[in-house]
Amino acid sequence: MEMVTVTIDGKQIQVPKTATVLEAAAAAGVKVPTLCYHPELRPEGACRVCMVEVAGARSLVASCVYPVNDGMVVKTNTPAVREARKTVVELLLANHPQDCLSCQRNLNCELQTIAGELGIRKVRFDGEKKNYPPDANNPSLVRDQNKCILCGRCIRACSERQGVHVYSFANRGFNTIVSPAFQQGLDEVACTYCGQCATVCPTAAIVEKDDTAAVWHALSDPKKHVVVQTAPAVRVALGEALGMEPGSIVTGQMVAALRRLGFDKVFDTDFTADLTILEEGSEFLERLNHGGKLPMITSCSPGWVNFIELMYPDLLDHLSTAKSPQQMFGALVKTYYAEKMGIDPKDIVSVSAMPCTAKKAEAVREEMKASGYQDVDYVITTRELGRMIQEAGIEFSKLPSEEFDAPMGIATGAGVIFGATGGVMEAALRTVAEIVTGKELECIDFHDVRGLTGIKEAKVQIGDLTVKVAVAHTLANARMLLDKIRKGEADYHFIEIMACPGGCIGGGGQPIATCADFRQKRINAIYECDQCSGLRKSHENPAVKELYDTWLGKPLGHKSHELLHTHYHPQKR
Amino acid sequence: MSADNKCCCCGGGNQFAQLDEMLAKYQGVKGALIPVLQEAQNMHGYLPKEVIERIAEKLDIPVSQIYGVATFYSQFHLNPRGRNIIRVCQGTACHVRGAKAVLKAIEDNLKIAAGGTTPDLKFTLETVACIGACGLAPVLMVNDDTHGRLTPEAIPEILAKYA
Repeated sequence: MEMVTVTIDGKQIQVPKTATVLEAAAAAGVKVPTLCYHPELRPEGACRVCMVEVAGARSLVASCVYPVNDGMVVKTNTPAVREARKTVVELLLANHPQDCLSCQRNLNCELQTIAGELGIRKVRFDGEKKNYPPDANNPSLVRDQNKCILCGRCIRACSERQGVHVYSFANRGFNTIVSPAFQQGLDEVACTYCGQCATVCPTAAIVEKDDTAAVWHALSDPKKHVVVQTAPAVRVALGEALGMEPGSIVTGQMVAALRRLGFDKVFDTDFTADLTILEEGSEFLERLNHGGKLPMITSCSPGWVNFIELMYPDLLDHLSTAKSPQQMFGALVKTYYAEKMGIDPKDIVSVSAMPCTAKKAEAVREEMKASGYQDVDYVITTRELGRMIQEAGIEFSKLPSEEFDAPMGIATGAGVIFGATGGVMEAALRTVAEIVTGKELECIDFHDVRGLTGIKEAKVQIGDLTVKVAVAHTLANARMLLDKIRKGEADYHFIEIMACPGGCIGGGGQPIATCADFRQKRINAIYECDQCSGLRKSHENPAVKELYDTWLGKPLGHKSHELLHTHYHPQKR
Repeated sequence: MSADNKCCCCGGGNQFAQLDEMLAKYQGVKGALIPVLQEAQNMHGYLPKEVIERIAEKLDIPVSQIYGVATFYSQFHLNPRGRNIIRVCQGTACHVRGAKAVLKAIEDNLKIAAGGTTPDLKFTLETVACIGACGLAPVLMVNDDTHGRLTPEAIPEILAKYA
């Protein structure tokens, strides 16, 4: 790659010719403040916070979009630069609601941070304020355009990363807003509720719908038996929400914290992840052996399920009918568990802690009442759980490590890896291979399906059959695979699709500041959890075996069909 | 997102036949959106939601993006417009010669505010900054006709010509 020499604040460095001034500054170890810039999205140069002085240029330039050239001399810290940055941020603050202390993003807001870092003590402008009604008519996300600073990151995340294109800039001048078409609510347009927009939003303009009040209410009701399930991706990210390093594994402390919050039982979604593998794996073999629709595609990710229902309804036959682990858990907790414990299911409140905003919408789907009640009552995201722990005054880092409750807290490493892209596929392969061959696998690590490559393909030899699999994460990558299927060019047997980058660990409900580096650390933590598990194959889960032996019968049996499988329908929005 | 089952303005048949014919012309043409929106607006008088959705589907452009473009440019209208467009000049010359009173007379007569359209779709009332006929101030245009040296009293007679 051709390199050029640039001087940043007196320091000479070599950078690729294609670099921007911002990238060159980073390479020189100089931090330039940014707002609309996001390292994983196309730079836009919208906010002008990253302005710097380039020798010879007529005016200050936006470093995030300004290309370097050889011999360029850049100054990032001059009176003119500091004054310009301050003015830009002051102008943003002039029409921004001043309710930081009671804002959902208080202490976790990039606008707040940058105002602090730039030393803004007085806003010299008293501008007109925006006064838009909130968009809160969906179960997952709340939009408050009054807090929008028009950085456009949500537009780019939704278009570039997800290929869904919900948002665009609309109108002009002071009336410019970020909006779905026709200023409709997210419930009226083809939004999957994946929440990636919320993870890139620098302010509280897009946040998860906060359901913590309902959970607190249930926890304080002595007549209710409140159980919680925790998704695999929460245990490797919750620590981040509470000030720990990315990739910290906090399973034991999380369980302890949930007990201290007052949950009667602390269970693990990994238990039903193992169950999902048995049902979905059996379904796959059934389809394979009896001419069913192939490729079969996983259905664990509710953002992905919304996507296919909205955009590719003609391909719904490819979706596994197996419910997601969250919903299998919900159906069982108010039937199997209620029976086993002698608790009236109407007194059970089933809460799930998820890395995901779309799970909130999944829980309220009409089909998800297999127990006769709403199977999962409340879904809180990792961020909401973090806030509850803080609100309760729990010193998370000082908690002892505690174990999940039996039986629905017993799980294998195969259940844990559901949290990372490729994990469901790997877990399924571990089980399917052993069921088909009747022999124990020599190596159960399927490295080909791991990692952050957008679309991964692998061929796996199972007995006489070469099984061709594909794994995609992000909906933009899902779209590529679906287009191949539509054209008849996809000869895969089995496909795993997760809506979010990196899988659930990069979910829309995870701690903000999700970037590739953090995602990789969370993924590493997930596989470490798997490595440390005593059991690493779903079909070896003793609690799942007991469930089948004593209550459920066999995979794809009558009871399974009623409780653990579902159907899909085209969504028109 | 298909709008096939909805009718926009012309009953029966394929209400999009004319639109589709126009869109076919622009298949695969880069940068076609603005001329497409202009032609579609000429057909329908404005850009109904169903028409924008049809354009999105046929040109494979996200509907949110088309909405963004259509709301950015003041030449595009998302609501029905009157058969007669009144443009009342509020430029400096007209202003000093009483354009405010002229505008108010029209608003009172038509019972709509500037920017509005009468319920019978006869008139849309707009203000403009200058139409370049300062010698005739205060001045207004109805469609392509210019009416100058106005007084509030002259308004009913002018409007009656187009009613």
